[in-house]
Amino acid sequence: MNHPIIQIQHLTKTFGSGETAVHALEDINLDIFPGEIYGIIGLSGAGKSTLVRCMNLLETPTSGTVLVDGQDMTRLSGRALRQARRNVTMIFQSFNLLMQRSCLKNVCFPMELCGIPSAQAKRRAMELLELVGLADKANAYPAQLSGGQKQRVAIARALATDPKVLLCDEATSALDPTTTASILSLLKQLNQTLGVTVVVITHQMQVIEEICSRVAILDGGSVAEQGVVQDIFSNPTTDAARRLVYPNGVRTDHIPSASRAVRISFNGGTVYQPLISSLAIDCGVKVSILAADTRSINGHAFGTMLLSLPEDANEAAKALNYIHSQHNITAEEVEYRV
Amino acid sequence: MFELFTSAFWSEYGRLLLEGCGDTLLMTLFSTLFAYLLGLPLGVLLVLTGDHGILRTQQTDPVLSRLVHLVNRILGWVINVGRSLPFIILMVCVMPLTKWLVGTKIGVLGAIPPLVISAAPFIARMVESSLSEVDSGTVEAAQSMGASVWQIVWKVYLPEAVPSLILGGSISIITILAYTAIAGAIGAGGLGDLAIRYGYQRREDSMMWVTVVFLLILVQCIQSLFSRLSVHLDKRLR
Ligand SMILES: Nc1ncnc2c1ncn2[C@@H]1O[C@H](COP(=O)(O)OP(=O)(O)OP(=O)(O)O)[C@@H](O)[C@H]1O
Ligand SMILES: [Mg+2]
Repeated sequence: MNHPIIQIQHLTKTFGSGETAVHALEDINLDIFPGEIYGIIGLSGAGKSTLVRCMNLLETPTSGTVLVDGQDMTRLSGRALRQARRNVTMIFQSFNLLMQRSCLKNVCFPMELCGIPSAQAKRRAMELLELVGLADKANAYPAQLSGGQKQRVAIARALATDPKVLLCDEATSALDPTTTASILSLLKQLNQTLGVTVVVITHQMQVIEEICSRVAILDGGSVAEQGVVQDIFSNPTTDAARRLVYPNGVRTDHIPSASRAVRISFNGGTVYQPLISSLAIDCGVKVSILAADTRSINGHAFGTMLLSLPEDANEAAKALNYIHSQHNITAEEVEYRV
Repeated sequence: MFELFTSAFWSEYGRLLLEGCGDTLLMTLFSTLFAYLLGLPLGVLLVLTGDHGILRTQQTDPVLSRLVHLVNRILGWVINVGRSLPFIILMVCVMPLTKWLVGTKIGVLGAIPPLVISAAPFIARMVESSLSEVDSGTVEAAQSMGASVWQIVWKVYLPEAVPSLILGGSISIITILAYTAIAGAIGAGGLGDLAIRYGYQRREDSMMWVTVVFLLILVQCIQSLFSRLSVHLDKRLR
């Protein structure tokens, strides 16, 4: 791949000092490449907002570097920093539109800031409103719009300066599922048509699955895991990742004592094989499902199941063999605490 | 009391009352104008240098950051001193300054400097509270788009706070109007002066009531005008 558009190296951010210091970020290293949709997921307080605010220097890192398109943001200040920020714009959970300006004027706002003549700015703003499907609301005020519409205006506004990167901090967290889906598909469409790199911050798994190609899992201020979405979600290896993939945890109270368990992953087959029933029919082995989480990502079936193996060692081996022989399934025997 | 409705009363005092009204309006208008010229920038500065102000949060140099904090403290202190001085005392205190500024200590002109000096700190606080209502997220969004401090003041803080600033404006004007009546006590003219000279010293009740009613009407008019304007201009209420 080409050079990263955002490269974060050894980034730390500490709020306060001494006894009361909060280490919000610790030694973060990330590479985000041009044209990708990169997800950053983590539970509340993990430091997601702090991380994304370090990318446009709304927050000043305590140490480390933030390279945007090869330029070290942490070395910039004043006019140069303001100029650089036009390349990395942002949308927010609470939209943050100017309530006393019409939609059109809101989209004109960033162009006004950099001195683009008003007629030209208006023309471009109209184009952008058309792009997000809100040309008919140009003269409406934000208070007259629904949440989804407000976020569309915010997106149009964020695109006004032709940024290379669009940062989305919990951009869909205040929206209902249908509206969330439409905003996500808009982001995906903009990413494909304009080639703008999108960084999506969220605590919602569905958001990442829906549009991201790669993801970093943030936990307690550091990156627990990062990589291709499918790999991480089908086989979470860290506790932090498992907590996100199985938000409700795995119930263990109904598991027979001393059970052996196997974790199987469906790795992108087009359908879920009727594994459990074929185990029973082909091998005569009965297994029970301890936990299951399956989803469809980019049209492929992914998921994890935790099966308990029979106590009888022979039967267990038979079942394991059978599972291993299946396509698009990987299995791994796991120690299971009761 | 009933002589109010006679033409004799109005032919005797009508001119006087009209002039009083005019003087009161002049004092109020000009004092408010100059007090805002002073108070508005001070209020803006209070917000910018406050704990969550952009001059604080975007200042990475710790020395400059502490300097900004100090400016905020000093400003706050000066404003509090200004606000705690009773108007009548302040008026006497600044008389030399008044004389130097406008050439006289009395009359409409002489009342304006003390009115401005006492109203400006009050207005600074009103402006501060209006601007603090502006959503910090909106300010942050502007920063993320590369807005300078100056642009944030002119394009975000002030326009977004317009409805609240206008409501604050009505409170400021009415307060200044009340002060003009006090200023009347030491020869500033206006309705307050009439109420004291005729109503109080000469015990002409009808004259006092008329000035009271005039003041009441003025306050009512100012209040409803500004309230309507504020609602009319507020784009959040559509
Ligand atoms: N200005 C600040 N001063 C002090 N501590 C802060 C500040 N901003 C954030 N923090 C702390 O840094 C940590 C990370 O906060 P951050 O807002 O980045 O979390 P988050 O992952 O975005 O959470 P959420 O999902 O709730 O938005 C938290 O412990 C928070 O209390
Ligand atoms: Mg956050």
